Order: sequence, then C-alpha cells, then structure tokens
Amino acid sequence: MTPLPAAARAPRLSTADAIALAIFAILAVIPLVTRFGAESYLLSLVTRIMIFAIAAVSLDFIVGYGALVSFGHAAFVGLGAYAVGILAFHGLNDATLALPAAILLSALFAFVTGIVCQRTKGVYFIMITLAFSQMAFFIASSLSLYGGDDGMTIRARNTVAGFDLMGSDGALYYVVFLFLAGAYLLCRAFVASRFGRVLRGARQNPARMATMGYEVFRYQLAAYVISGALAGVAGFLLANATAFVSPAYMAWQRSGELIIMVMLGGIGTLYGAIVGTATFLLTEEWLSGLTEQWKMIFGPFLILVVLFARGGLAGLTARLLGRRHD
Amino acid sequence: MTEPVLRLQSLRKRFGGLVVTDDVDLEVMPGELHAVIGPNGAGKTTLIHQISGTLTPDSGRILFAGDDITHLPVHARAAGGIARSFQITSVLPEFSVLENVALAVQARDGSSFRFFGVAEREGGLNEPAMEALEEVGLAERAAMRAAHLSHGERRTLELAIALAMKPKLLLLDEPMAGTSAQETERLIAVLQRLKGRLPILLIEHDMTAVFALADRISVLIYGRILASGSPDAVRADPQVVAAYLGDSME
Repeated sequence: MTPLPAAARAPRLSTADAIALAIFAILAVIPLVTRFGAESYLLSLVTRIMIFAIAAVSLDFIVGYGALVSFGHAAFVGLGAYAVGILAFHGLNDATLALPAAILLSALFAFVTGIVCQRTKGVYFIMITLAFSQMAFFIASSLSLYGGDDGMTIRARNTVAGFDLMGSDGALYYVVFLFLAGAYLLCRAFVASRFGRVLRGARQNPARMATMGYEVFRYQLAAYVISGALAGVAGFLLANATAFVSPAYMAWQRSGELIIMVMLGGIGTLYGAIVGTATFLLTEEWLSGLTEQWKMIFGPFLILVVLFARGGLAGLTARLLGRRHD
Repeated sequence: MTEPVLRLQSLRKRFGGLVVTDDVDLEVMPGELHAVIGPNGAGKTTLIHQISGTLTPDSGRILFAGDDITHLPVHARAAGGIARSFQITSVLPEFSVLENVALAVQARDGSSFRFFGVAEREGGLNEPAMEALEEVGLAERAAMRAAHLSHGERRTLELAIALAMKPKLLLLDEPMAGTSAQETERLIAVLQRLKGRLPILLIEHDMTAVFALADRISVLIYGRILASGSPDAVRADPQVVAAYLGDSME
C-alpha cells in the first residue's frame, strides 16, 4: 500500500504550539515579576485579559472552525457572572456550586437559542445571536431584586469547597491562568478530534458533509453549546475578579469587542484569540490614559489591522517568519 | 426474482409551471449500471437531487432496498448507503485529499461525537481512505490540499469519497463533465473496474462513456422517460434518435 503522508503519521510541534507555549510561559511569570513592585494594578489587568481571552478562545472555536459568527457571545459571559451573583445574593458562596451553575446556565441558553440560530446562515445567524443576547441583556436589566440596570456587588469571592482559594489577587491570577490554559487545550483537542474535523468540514462545504452522512446541525449545535459554556466559565471568573455583576456585561458592545479580539489576533488559530484580547485591552488601557477621545485613535488602528494584517496578528507573525500559516 | 436496489414510482416534481420530473418510473438492479441520458434541461440532475434527498418530489415514492425513503433528509439517506457525486465538483478544499476521504470513512465508523484523539492520525480511518484512493488512482496525491488538484483529479476524488462510504448505491452526476479526453478515459477505466461490484445510477453527457459502461440506458426528455432498455435497443430506437441521439451519434 502507498505509505500514508507524514501529517497522518507523526505528531509534530507546529508554529502555533510554539507560540502558544511562549504565551503561557510569559503569563506564568508575570506575577513573579510584579512582586518586586507595587504592581497589583498590572496583576488585575492581566487577570482581566486572561478572563476575556477565555471568552475569545471559546468564540474563535465556533467562528474560526465552524464559521458560526456569534454576535451575542457576551450574553454567555454575563449569564456565567449572574450565576455567581445570584447565588451569592442568596448566601451561596462556594465555587463548587457557582461554577457548575454558571456552566449549566450558559450551556442551557446556548442550547435553546442555538436550536433557533442554527437554522439560519451567515448574516441571519449574526443577527439572531445578537437578538438573543439583547434579550438576555434586557431580562438581566429587569431583575430588580438583583440590582436591575445598576447590577449588584458581590460581597466576597467564591470559596472553593469551603477554602478561600481565590482570596488573594495572586491566587486568583493563577486560578484564571489555569482556566485559560484548560480552555485553550480543550478547544485545541476538540478542533483536532473527529468532532472538530466534522465541524471544520461543515464550515467548508455543508452540502458535501450531508451527502457523506453527517447531520451538520447536530455538530454545529454541540459546538455552540461548548462555546457558550466556556464563555460562561469566563463569566464566573469575571464576577469573582470584579466582585460585581451588571447587565453591561451582556451589552452588544461587549459581544462586538469579543469579535474584534478574535479578528485582531487571527481567526481560527485559538492562540490568536489570546494575543488579540491582550492587544485590544492593553491598547485600550494605554490610549485611554493618553486622551479621553481614545476611540478616535483605536478605530483607525483596527481598520489598519483588518486592511493590512489579513489573518490578524497571527497571520502577520506567520508572514514575518516567512512561514506558511498552519 | 431479485429486488431492485432503487425504485422510483411515478415520481413528479414541478418548479412553478415547469414540470421537471414527469411521472418517472425507474429501477436500479443489484450490480447494475443504469445510465440516464438526455439533453440539457431534461431534469437529470433534478432526478438525482430527489434520490439523494436535496429535493423532495411533489408526488410519487422512492424505495431504497425496499424501504420508502421519499421523505428522509440527505444525511439519513447517505448514512443508509446512498453515495453521490456532484455535477459541479464538491470536495472540502482546505483538507488534504486523504482527509477528504478519511472523513467519509469516519461517517460510517461509529460516532463522530468524539472530542479527544487526533482524527488526522487515526490509522483506522486513514488506511481504508488510502485504499479508496488507490482504487481510483489518486494515492500519490494523498497529502495534497484538495484545492490544488486539477479538475479531473477533483472529480476522481469525489469518486474516492463516495467509494469510501462503502455505499449500497452510487449516484454519479456527470462525472466526466469538463474533464479532458485523457481524464475521461481514466475515469471510464475506473468505473469499468467498479461496475458490477455495486449498483450505479450514472447521469452522463459523454455518449462514449455511457455506451461503454451502461447495462441499461433510460432516455429522459422534458422530465419524461422516453425510452429504456439495453444500449443496443436504445441506440436503435427511432424515437430516441429523433429526439436526442441524432445529432450526437452521427
């Protein structure tokens, strides 16, 4: 028999893996560096970046590999956060309860809305995910018991099985770090798996997949639920990091920002979503320190990236390294 | 008497005022290569679409291995053993040739709701895929991206995908369309080898291919079966010669 091609035989360390390793190495040492200065500000900024990176990675999983452009991803983050907030309001303050609740709530929302969304394609899919997220936004705004428009503060971070594991900022940082690493590795495994291959195939040619015997809808719905649940985890962490939940977490602007983060880093790379989130939030932080009209600078910057760095920063890096993007 | 693998019973389909499938009865017997010929616009592709499930007939029944599949969705028919190729080549352009075929193997190899393990390196999927590629003579292209194949090679890849599904019925929608004379010859040779091993419904414009391959030929004109029979009988049918073959045979 003709021998199988190399890619089908041996595992290899791809450029993507190398970049991802570098990213996680940098993230792992940041708290050590900041110990030497009064840099708790930096610590909480990077914690925030990693939390949104989880949401961005989960979004890239469906946008980059399933061509399912969700314009309502912030809703899942918000639902995860509200799960923490509402439980805490009723005195239930442990992560063993709050985390599963956050995952369940966002997964359920993804499942129910996904059944409707997955019936549509392209722009219609974008608009209907937006519509559902706005629905979640307005429902959250109307929960007067839980702060309504204003949101509500959470008195203390979640304990973990009774232990105060996330109490200090440093500890929370590493908890978030582990969740990000887990989300990245999970999505990376899913993409390469049988499931991921069906998802990637359906992105290229759904009609062909159906004639091979695949019910594309089921795979896309499952991917949507996985993605929503992961974004819910980000919401769980966000509520703990900020000690606050508010409908603003679900606003459509937040959903738009998540899409920009993914695009900025490079769609369909997973690690690009982390780079994109960091670039977005750091640029925002830096520019907003310079001037109040920072969006006037940020807007054109984004346009330049879209125009001149196709494939986002990941694509740009790959081209600078003179390698084919893989 | 043996049961036909596929049986169309008074199939009817109209698009607005246009009747594209007009009371069609058609059978494919086990091991038979049944060719459907006819001029452009005769409703050949519409017929294939109804058998594969892309379109639903307005009336009539489609029986596959004795079961009524008239209202089954595309994926269920494919899972049940109906494989097809497309008139306009349809592959997964970003995947390697091998992965295109491996995905077809995967479809019949247990569940695809497996989230761990690298699918690209599963020998149980790659080896049968490689066999299918060897069968159609495309093995040396295995590592190439499907997008980079020549037109004829892509048509051959479609055939390999269909074969990898280990189908009970193969629907081929103009597999020779747009291929060079040399490629056509190669495709005919491949089909010649497949012939007899599984039932095939072939739609084709290339008369050389049809008369070289078919056990039975049905002539479709304006959605109606004008004549049906052995290649020799169809070739001699004065009605067929007048309506269709006249200009293409002489």
